[in-house]
Amino acid sequence: MTKYIYFYILFYFFVINLSAQKIIEGKVVYKEKYETLALEGANVYWLGTIEGTVTNQSGNFNISLSDKTNKLIISFLGFKADTLTVLSEKYIVHQLKEDQTTNLNEVFITERKKSSKLSFTANQNTILVDANELLKAACCNLSESFETNPSIDVNFSDALSGTKQISMLGLKSPYILISEENIPMVRGASQAFGLTFTPGTWVESIQVSKGVGSVVNGFESIAGQINTELKKPFQDDPLFINIFRSGNGRLELNTHINQKISEKWSTGLLVHLNQRNRKVDNNFDDFLDVPIANQVNILNRFQYTDPLKGWVIFYNWRFLNDKKQTGQVLFDPNFDKGLSELWGSEIDTKRFDTAMKVGYVFPQFPYRSLGIQASYSQHDQDAYYGLRSYDINHRSFFSNILYNSIFNNTTNKFKSGLNYTIDIYDENIDSQNYLRTDRNFGVFFEWSHDDLERLSWTAGVRLDVNNNIGTFVTPRIHLRYAIDSTTTVRLSSGSGRKAANIFAENQSLFTTNRRILITDTNNSFYGLLPERAWNHGVSLSKNFRFLNKNSTLTMDYYGTFFINQVIVDYEEEGSLSFYNLEGESSAKSFQVTLDISLTPQLEFISAYKNDIVLIDYKSGRKQKQLVPKNRFFTNLSWNSIKNTKNQQWKYDFTINGIGSQRMVENSSNPNFNQSQSFSLINTQLTRVFSEFSEIYIGIENLGNFTQKNPIIFDNEPFNNKFDTSQVWAPILGRMFYIGLRYKI
Amino acid sequence: MNKYIYLLLIFSSLTVNAQDNSKNKKTLIKVSGNCEMCKMRIEKAALSVKGVKYANWSIPDNDLRLIYNSNKIDILEIHKSISNSGHDTSKLKAPLEIYNALPNCCLYLRNQ
Repeated sequence: MTKYIYFYILFYFFVINLSAQKIIEGKVVYKEKYETLALEGANVYWLGTIEGTVTNQSGNFNISLSDKTNKLIISFLGFKADTLTVLSEKYIVHQLKEDQTTNLNEVFITERKKSSKLSFTANQNTILVDANELLKAACCNLSESFETNPSIDVNFSDALSGTKQISMLGLKSPYILISEENIPMVRGASQAFGLTFTPGTWVESIQVSKGVGSVVNGFESIAGQINTELKKPFQDDPLFINIFRSGNGRLELNTHINQKISEKWSTGLLVHLNQRNRKVDNNFDDFLDVPIANQVNILNRFQYTDPLKGWVIFYNWRFLNDKKQTGQVLFDPNFDKGLSELWGSEIDTKRFDTAMKVGYVFPQFPYRSLGIQASYSQHDQDAYYGLRSYDINHRSFFSNILYNSIFNNTTNKFKSGLNYTIDIYDENIDSQNYLRTDRNFGVFFEWSHDDLERLSWTAGVRLDVNNNIGTFVTPRIHLRYAIDSTTTVRLSSGSGRKAANIFAENQSLFTTNRRILITDTNNSFYGLLPERAWNHGVSLSKNFRFLNKNSTLTMDYYGTFFINQVIVDYEEEGSLSFYNLEGESSAKSFQVTLDISLTPQLEFISAYKNDIVLIDYKSGRKQKQLVPKNRFFTNLSWNSIKNTKNQQWKYDFTINGIGSQRMVENSSNPNFNQSQSFSLINTQLTRVFSEFSEIYIGIENLGNFTQKNPIIFDNEPFNNKFDTSQVWAPILGRMFYIGLRYKI
Repeated sequence: MNKYIYLLLIFSSLTVNAQDNSKNKKTLIKVSGNCEMCKMRIEKAALSVKGVKYANWSIPDNDLRLIYNSNKIDILEIHKSISNSGHDTSKLKAPLEIYNALPNCCLYLRNQ
């Protein structure tokens, strides 16, 4: 004990002794365009002495007063050195000015900008993902661009179509509002493959919000909202080319051409082509592991910007043709289609989209603006799966008027507006036809308050009149409170509704021979009720120093509670039932994420997620099939410091640990009730040659983990127990890829 | 169809307010400061004066853009409120003890 006391005495003596030396403290800063930034590594020393110090990361220094001089020199390469006369012990703030006369080429002040970060000021729990994050993985299209994001799970929808489906908070993508530039995009007919229709290189940024979204975007977002901003012709590079080739025969080509037509008008043409023509069957089950496919996808954008008068106009049109063939390796559509010799499938999608956006900011009142959006899309899919056929034609019109202004001053803003949508569905399942028209007229009002310090909230309400759902009110609230400068709490709560397009949303059901049963008949959506749920969430994020590194810890917990839900019941072998929820259904999701900047070049993110999704099936309450209760995620990303020629290395490493998942009844493997847990490793290395070109190589599924028998009854494809939708792990093993990006 | 007309009415009644622009005045004043924290403090001080509708301070050029109701308040009240928060304006100097109490990063260089 006495040892410690000595120690303390010594310690205090030391401290007192130090302070007796008269230390002055200060900070060295410099200005860069918009901000005053701390200058690290500046020399601070007394004139004509060797008594000196160097500023730390935050630009701070302390130096004991010299008895020889009171002239303090502050210098840094590339800046004009200054001499200060120190007369008191007051805190010094000094700004160094850049020295225009010296050559600055050898000075690089780099700060790594995070490519994916939690927004600290937004009321919603929103993660912003920028184009750099999308470069971390092959990211050929939107469905693959979430593999480095722990909040979104990427699942395999079936063993045949090669499509990935995403989920948030334990709920699949139909419960997520997926929009493109705030116009709902992946919905209705495009639900199954829509994410593969946006090439990764077109994406400028993605905003991912957990929990109920804003009322402005509609009543459909229940588990979350994902909005994609595409590259804008005005800001994008004049020419961009990307070529991608993977080991299993996938070839992709992306070109963007942007042209200024006049001072205010710009146009961009984005073309995406992809093709896979090699037949791959590495697990020797005689079925293709990935479909042979090709896609042509063309987007033409026009942008008008007049900042002085406050006008912004966008006009887009887009055409897509996507063809896939899958099934047994020997299947040839010309001979085997419609016969029960070989099982095969072709999915052919044609889609046309056009959208117009007009935004006007009142030049006299920057807080007042008016926006109008209108879009039309036509989605035509012809498909057959074995002996079953499924065609869907979906025409959709969406329009929105939005007015932004303030109450009293800008701490109280509001948005209000109207929207009108029509969706016309025409589906043919074998000889059964389903025709439906949904018309929706809605008015919304959202008030946001920000006290500019600790508290901000957004409260919104919308009233909708829908010919099939009825008249209803949707309330939603988001709140943010900063407990102190490093800790933020967020709450959100609200309701959402949705028409369940049971076939389009569960298109993988056609890759089975299960008999389809719809047990309710009296309501508007295939006899079923519209879905309705409440979602409540809380999140806490804390910035702190861990081992002297900047770190962020985020914890969140969200619960979704269904009042009506269309239950998709795979429990009984040989059949698939759709029925209205009787009893309870909820999804509770907890996630903790730790983000540490180990060095300015090395970033570490790790996350754990727990999803409890319990549904009252007719056969009892169970965890939803194929939803893992536990998931781990770790991502390391490193980049070297750019040299004078802008050359750089970038490296990325991601491990996804996926826990065991509940399996449904399967008489070919009766004891297989729970899948194995496994991990997936993806890695990528990028070499930046110059500002204009870079090459990336990567490996997906490095550990080569695959599901051994992904297809149930693969030797009897016309048996009613044949099922390819019970997929819990990748079908494809280790895959190499290489790509090139070039721009001017 | 009646329902739709009601919805339209709700919308228009929500948006028609605040269309009186005549008394709103737009101006720009210089306010000294350094960082994001200064920005928050300066804008908050400006908006706390009743009648100020909009305040946006820019870090690089130290310009504070204001829109306020000139019938309700005099511009000097805005200068007062900002200088009392610790920031020098083009008309008023902040009291020394308030300036000294600012966080380190906000200690802008004062013109002596």
